[in-house]
Amino acid sequence: MSGYSEGFWGAWRLIFTFDPELYEIIFLSLQVTVSAVIIASVIGLPLGAWLAVNRFWLRRYVIAVLNALMGLPPVVVGLFVYMALSRAGPLGGFGLLFSPAAMIIAQVIIITPLIASLSHQSIRDLWAEYHDLLISMNATRAQRIRALLWDGRRALLTATLAGFGRAIGEVGAIMIVGGNIEHVTRALTTAIALETGRGNFAFAMGLGLVLIVLAIIINLAIHIIGKTERASTW
Amino acid sequence: MVSILPLKLSAASAHMHGKRLLGPVSLTLGQNGLTVVIGPNGAGKTTLLRLMHGLQRCSGGALSWAVPAAEARQRQAFVFQAPIMMRRRVIDSLAYPLRLRGIGKGEARAMARASAARFGLADLLESRAPLLSGGEKQKLSLARALIIAPEVLFLDEPCANLDGRATREIETLLLCERARGTRIVMSTHDMGQARRLAQEVIFMHKGVVHESGAAEPFFAAPDTPEAAAFINGDIVE
Ligand SMILES: Nc1ncnc2c1ncn2[C@@H]1O[C@H](COP(=O)(O)OP(=O)(O)OP(=O)(O)O)[C@@H](O)[C@H]1O
Ligand SMILES: [Mg+2]
Repeated sequence: MSGYSEGFWGAWRLIFTFDPELYEIIFLSLQVTVSAVIIASVIGLPLGAWLAVNRFWLRRYVIAVLNALMGLPPVVVGLFVYMALSRAGPLGGFGLLFSPAAMIIAQVIIITPLIASLSHQSIRDLWAEYHDLLISMNATRAQRIRALLWDGRRALLTATLAGFGRAIGEVGAIMIVGGNIEHVTRALTTAIALETGRGNFAFAMGLGLVLIVLAIIINLAIHIIGKTERASTW
Repeated sequence: MVSILPLKLSAASAHMHGKRLLGPVSLTLGQNGLTVVIGPNGAGKTTLLRLMHGLQRCSGGALSWAVPAAEARQRQAFVFQAPIMMRRRVIDSLAYPLRLRGIGKGEARAMARASAARFGLADLLESRAPLLSGGEKQKLSLARALIIAPEVLFLDEPCANLDGRATREIETLLLCERARGTRIVMSTHDMGQARRLAQEVIFMHKGVVHESGAAEPFFAAPDTPEAAAFINGDIVE
């Protein structure tokens, strides 16, 4: 029990004295995840919008595959990325294994389906609403997609935040492809796993508190966006 | 500029999933006037308007404007039965059709302001379009359709769900637009409105044009018993 409260107060001390080791890990995590979210959004948002406004015979299958990929266990993604990036793998030549880049690749694979699928749903609903109007006004394909992305921007931001939430809290995949190397690929989640095992509760809990605060902020933001959206159909 | 009219439909029909919604319909929309499309629920009024405007594919027969279809499309507008409001402010909703045509932001907004003033929407410019009242939405739809100065304006029951005053306001705006030379084709369930506005009537029944012609003789003495029953407010079998 004393270890528990010691860990708790030690955690706050580390946070408020700006412990360099702690903050190094926080920044690495944010760097990796923000990069992954940006890349996944650049791929996922237009893909979602494109699937919403185009009818082609493979569309249903692409959507089914996206939904299936959303449920992919991250550990398995980690395994595949590891195999692809390892020396003998197809991308082994780039020497990316155990680097932040490898972690970004794994996170991109994990969250792109989520972002694409969420944005597809909301853009599809908006397109059903706007379809006749935009066709009647002779909007070109590009103009239609631009109008949908702009008017659906709140829903798209929500999709992006959901991707961030999933990526920042993920352990398995980045542990495998990053290797949890100190000062190089040690992220919030992998560091918590390691320090807990070592009995270094103050440090683990400090990181845990940061993770919790991040998760609360993300969910609050999603909630507020959703509320303004519903309250005003805006 | 060459007029896009007349519009000619020859045995045009519309199908959906193998089911016939409309047709065969043969008719000509001449250069001038205001045509009112009437008929019972499900008669095919909306489908006919959508077919003319190009929102519904012509699955049989032919439909032709006096100019190539793509050019004709640029010079017509449509007001939907249920107003479609973009999630934007009123001023941006009004400016949007102009922006689509490559008109600069400042100029488009200035035109939007002028149009809003004309349609009694000046106080609502900064309001969010989806939050307007039903009547305000209808006026915004009409203003948005007219802002591109279309040669032909289609309206699908523009006054459904409006009270008497709002209906009169829209009617006045439509008459003013007709006086400017805009060709108007509208559907309505309001026989009073049909009598007040129509110069030409198309009576739809069971997906075909049952009777059509000049408004005055039609309302005075319709040729078919179905049309007579309908304008008297009886149930049409
Ligand atoms: N997308 C569709 N799929 C299947 N049937 C349709 C579709 N759109 C219309 N219909 C059918 O076509 C017929 C004509 O419909 P339409 O909407 O043109 O009637 P309307 O005269 O406008 O009726 P109302 O007065 O109720 O607006 C109806 O029987 C309707 O059920
Ligand atoms: Mg209708």
